[in-house]
Amino acid sequence: MNAADSSKDLTVRADGGQQPARFENPGVPEHRERLADADPAAAKRAERQVAALFALSTVGTIGFLLAYFLAPPGQSVASIRTSNLLLGLGLTFGLLGIGLGAVHWAKTLMSDHERIEERHPQRSSAADRAGAIAVLKEGAADSGVGVGRRGLLKGALIGAVALLPLSIAVPLIGNIGGDWNTNKFRHTVWRAGRRLARDPSGTAIKASDVTIGSVFHVIPDGLESEAHPLDEKAKAVVLLIRLDPRDLNETPEKKSWSYDGIVAYSKICTHVGCPVALYEQQTHHLLCPCHQSTFDVANGAKVIFGPARRPLPQLPITVDSEGYLVAQSDFHEPIGPSYWERLK
Amino acid sequence: MKARAARRYHRFAPVALLLGALLAVGAGYAALTGGPAAAAAPTADDIAAGSQLFRANCATCHGPSASGSRNAPSLIGVGAAAVDFQVGTGRMPMHANGPQAPAKPVQFDQQQISQLAAYVASLGAGPAVPTAEQVDAALGNPANGMALFRTNCAMCHNAVGGGGALSQGKYAPALWQTTPSHIFEAMLTGPQSMPVFSNANLSDQEKRDVIAYLVAQREGSPGGADLGSLGPVSEGLWVWVVGLGLLIGAAVWVGAKSS
Repeated sequence: MNAADSSKDLTVRADGGQQPARFENPGVPEHRERLADADPAAAKRAERQVAALFALSTVGTIGFLLAYFLAPPGQSVASIRTSNLLLGLGLTFGLLGIGLGAVHWAKTLMSDHERIEERHPQRSSAADRAGAIAVLKEGAADSGVGVGRRGLLKGALIGAVALLPLSIAVPLIGNIGGDWNTNKFRHTVWRAGRRLARDPSGTAIKASDVTIGSVFHVIPDGLESEAHPLDEKAKAVVLLIRLDPRDLNETPEKKSWSYDGIVAYSKICTHVGCPVALYEQQTHHLLCPCHQSTFDVANGAKVIFGPARRPLPQLPITVDSEGYLVAQSDFHEPIGPSYWERLK
Repeated sequence: MKARAARRYHRFAPVALLLGALLAVGAGYAALTGGPAAAAAPTADDIAAGSQLFRANCATCHGPSASGSRNAPSLIGVGAAAVDFQVGTGRMPMHANGPQAPAKPVQFDQQQISQLAAYVASLGAGPAVPTAEQVDAALGNPANGMALFRTNCAMCHNAVGGGGALSQGKYAPALWQTTPSHIFEAMLTGPQSMPVFSNANLSDQEKRDVIAYLVAQREGSPGGADLGSLGPVSEGLWVWVVGLGLLIGAAVWVGAKSS
């Protein structure tokens, strides 16, 4: 079977090959009378339904007012909930009754005459279009822009228009920060000898307090006396974990950064900076709640799952003469998400 | 006689009967299990009975001397609190090896749990079962409890204790139903994936504050249904599916031809 045959076979005409040259406009569908138009009893019924819906709204409003006066929110959670529920139900029926009643009224009882609004062509008449073009051309000729006259005015206008956006752009960019010193992201308030303290109480932590399997959420001691305590806290928060020293695998250069199985890692995720604090004691895995980055605390907090690309920075710690845990120094790398000047 | 028979077949009779039966069962249950674990010092008989129970129910995994095996940790030094939590919430004996031992119906009565706890406590010093005063939410400060819970617990257990997922099938359970005593023991002993919050980290008073905060959450949300307190996922599902569905239905009804 060749191609021409198959295309002929596929051409099926229901009317035996007789297609009209032009389809007739089928016009508006026949008007069907509604039940309420034909039957007075149905109309009466619809009227009663609409009235009932409006009455429901009235009852809802009265209920709302009653609830407002009789069931005040009070002090307990249960009474606040009851008050909210009753006010909400009253308001619901008050509004819904009016809305449903109005729609039902319009659909069943108001006239349903069909009206036809013809569309008009959108194109303006030829005379109007020619007139508009003539006005534009006259204006252009009058300004003299097109024919090389008034070069000074042309240059001045282009300069003025080009400069105007600066009045929007400069305040917008200027208001971003005022402080363009990115150096502060490289340092935290941790210093040699600064004690590790509990968040939120601020009490210092002794090494003997940290039992195996414990997790302490740590802020620097004396954080409140910093100039911007919250800004500093956002960078300096640390998670303190004690592992069985046998479970801890440390690289030789970081061997001295822990104390008897106690390790301290920055709590700020190296992906986008969420607080990483879901610690699984048995697997030594530390999860970030935002994007499920998982860090292995037993192996230098290296990334074992998720979008983070770098291990959490470790805070080198030791104990002071009174047995309190102290930092040996600041973090040795910037904490938190990567940014392009990070290691410059 | 006829009046009584009629009342017996009143259509609300089954409802009333059911309510009565539920009340009776609840009251009986409360009478049987009520009250915190007896803090009386365990006798040698208790320890002996606990040893029997241990060998029959726990030794398969934890070893005949409770020193642990490849599949289960040593129980020497975990203390009575760990036993009361693990057995008292039904987590132990574990029904199958898996990433997490889920809470399930409790396998022993309170006396047997106390005997087991006494036996394990006799193996090595460990945290004891808390007294009723240590876990009394009325003595705690829920506001301080909220600050502590937000810092130490909320990342896993959700801001109001609704629970949440961990890795590889593990999860932090919801705390709505957990008794204050079990909450205290969990903080003290760090069961399963949970880290330990010893008394040097969260003091007795701070633990009581956390319990007070959690108990305060059980009153529910002042806004009505909290949809599991799961945040934008459940709320979004409700708004997008149910709320928008209703709006679309209303729009279809407004536009439909009336008959």
